[in-house]
Amino acid sequence: MARIIVITSGKGGVGKTTTAAAMAMGLAQRGHRTAVIDFDVGLRNLDLIMGCERRVVYDFVNVINGEANLNQALIRDKRCDSLYVLPASQTRDKEALTQEGVGKVLEELGKGHDYIVCDSPAGIEHGANMAMYFADDAVVVTNPEVSSVRDSDRMLGILASKSRRAEQDDEPIKEHLLLTRYSADRVERGEMLSVDDVQEILSLNLLGVIPESQAVLNASNAGIPVVLDNESNAGRAYNDMVARYLGEDLPMRFLDTERKGIFSRLFRG
Amino acid sequence: MAVQTSPDSASRSGPDTPVSPAFELKASSFTLPVIRLLALDMDAVEAQLAPKVEQAPGFFQNTPVVIDLGALPRDSGIVAFPQLVGMLRGLGMIPVGVRGGSAQQNEAARAMELAILGESTRAARAAESTADRAEPAQAASASSEGHPEPPAAHGSLGSLLVDRPVRSGQRLYAAGGDLTVVGPVSSGAELMADGNIHVYGPLRGRVIAGLQGDLGARIFCRDLQAELVSVAGHYRVSENIPADLKGRSVQVFLDHEVLRIEPIG
Repeated sequence: MARIIVITSGKGGVGKTTTAAAMAMGLAQRGHRTAVIDFDVGLRNLDLIMGCERRVVYDFVNVINGEANLNQALIRDKRCDSLYVLPASQTRDKEALTQEGVGKVLEELGKGHDYIVCDSPAGIEHGANMAMYFADDAVVVTNPEVSSVRDSDRMLGILASKSRRAEQDDEPIKEHLLLTRYSADRVERGEMLSVDDVQEILSLNLLGVIPESQAVLNASNAGIPVVLDNESNAGRAYNDMVARYLGEDLPMRFLDTERKGIFSRLFRG
Repeated sequence: MAVQTSPDSASRSGPDTPVSPAFELKASSFTLPVIRLLALDMDAVEAQLAPKVEQAPGFFQNTPVVIDLGALPRDSGIVAFPQLVGMLRGLGMIPVGVRGGSAQQNEAARAMELAILGESTRAARAAESTADRAEPAQAASASSEGHPEPPAAHGSLGSLLVDRPVRSGQRLYAAGGDLTVVGPVSSGAELMADGNIHVYGPLRGRVIAGLQGDLGARIFCRDLQAELVSVAGHYRVSENIPADLKGRSVQVFLDHEVLRIEPIG
């Protein structure tokens, strides 16, 4: 059976879809058969970030409604053979996701994959609940600012009480924290919460810290998951995150401000 | 039965301007008639109750009454509260609350603006509940998500022990006992207990001890950053908690109906 990972946050715009794309690509590049599902029905974006928007024929809701089978809807990634994307429908709303339907799709996907990454919509309503209900692991994406931290905290409470694991009294969902859009400069100036501040409030296993980076925006625009950009700090931080998820013990990088000496300016361009 | 009216608010320590107090908050006990429901057929209840009221109309006129659901079978289903309340009012009584109901029944009663009252004494509860010993802890942990809290909650006879973080938006209630949280309590979370509350992680949420009016209930915590602390209806919000107590080990208790927060350890 595949391991189901939900990428969630409560708050919007914190980097869930970027993270889902990076996580899925990172796992697939390491040889794991991986599928990534967009649960943001009506506001789909994962296809853009993955660069497969021009190859969407059928979608998640078509499969749930029995209008297409799973193999017709899955899009194989052109860069990595072991990665498949299941896009959301842009023309329906979240109510189209029934618990029974989602469960069936995940079960069928689970037979041929090692990991299923679920990209959750923002909010704590139906769509987000469907994305996290069947999860084994949760990556809670948080920006280092108070409203995002509180929303993540709320989402953690929901993960602990509304998931299948909670309802069936199984071992709880394994929760991980991912801090995104982290700017060491702004932390130093006191404009942003530090890693320690966030850790103190959420007390969660820290899976990674992704620095604020222009590379993320560039990658989104180009439809290339940023994890493939090993030149950028954000790309490298996402690679570290995937490695840590798979059990490697790596030190956190990019937490300190860069020395703004003349040499580094010259050489880093 | 005796009803404890829990004064529902304010022992704020305001700025020390000499304003003459406009009210006082007190707790006191009243003896009220209890209607112990034995069946769900409201027509039958009315048929039997009406003659009794006729015998002593003065006694029932404008009398607050409590509806006891404890004698109904556990899975007895929905009590027709609108019909029941209407009938009692029609007979001149003022239904004020229910006791002994299931979570679902309490929810329905709350929708009719009936108060949920606790058991009259803990001794009575202890005596009653040998049979359903497992129940209190279950019922006690009603979270805002509408499901019992995850398996981390252990308890005996109304007390509740939680050994994972309590997150923003979660509510925990230890009915008839103490609530102990080993981990942190986030801002936006709410802890309630009829008895004492103990928190061993940082306490950033709202805590309400002595929910049913127990003036002797206390709150103990190791790192006070709470949004609100309350004992038996006397409360203080974060703004009114002295800054030098923040982040310290404290206990919160009532001293002659004045809420006190004192460092311990």
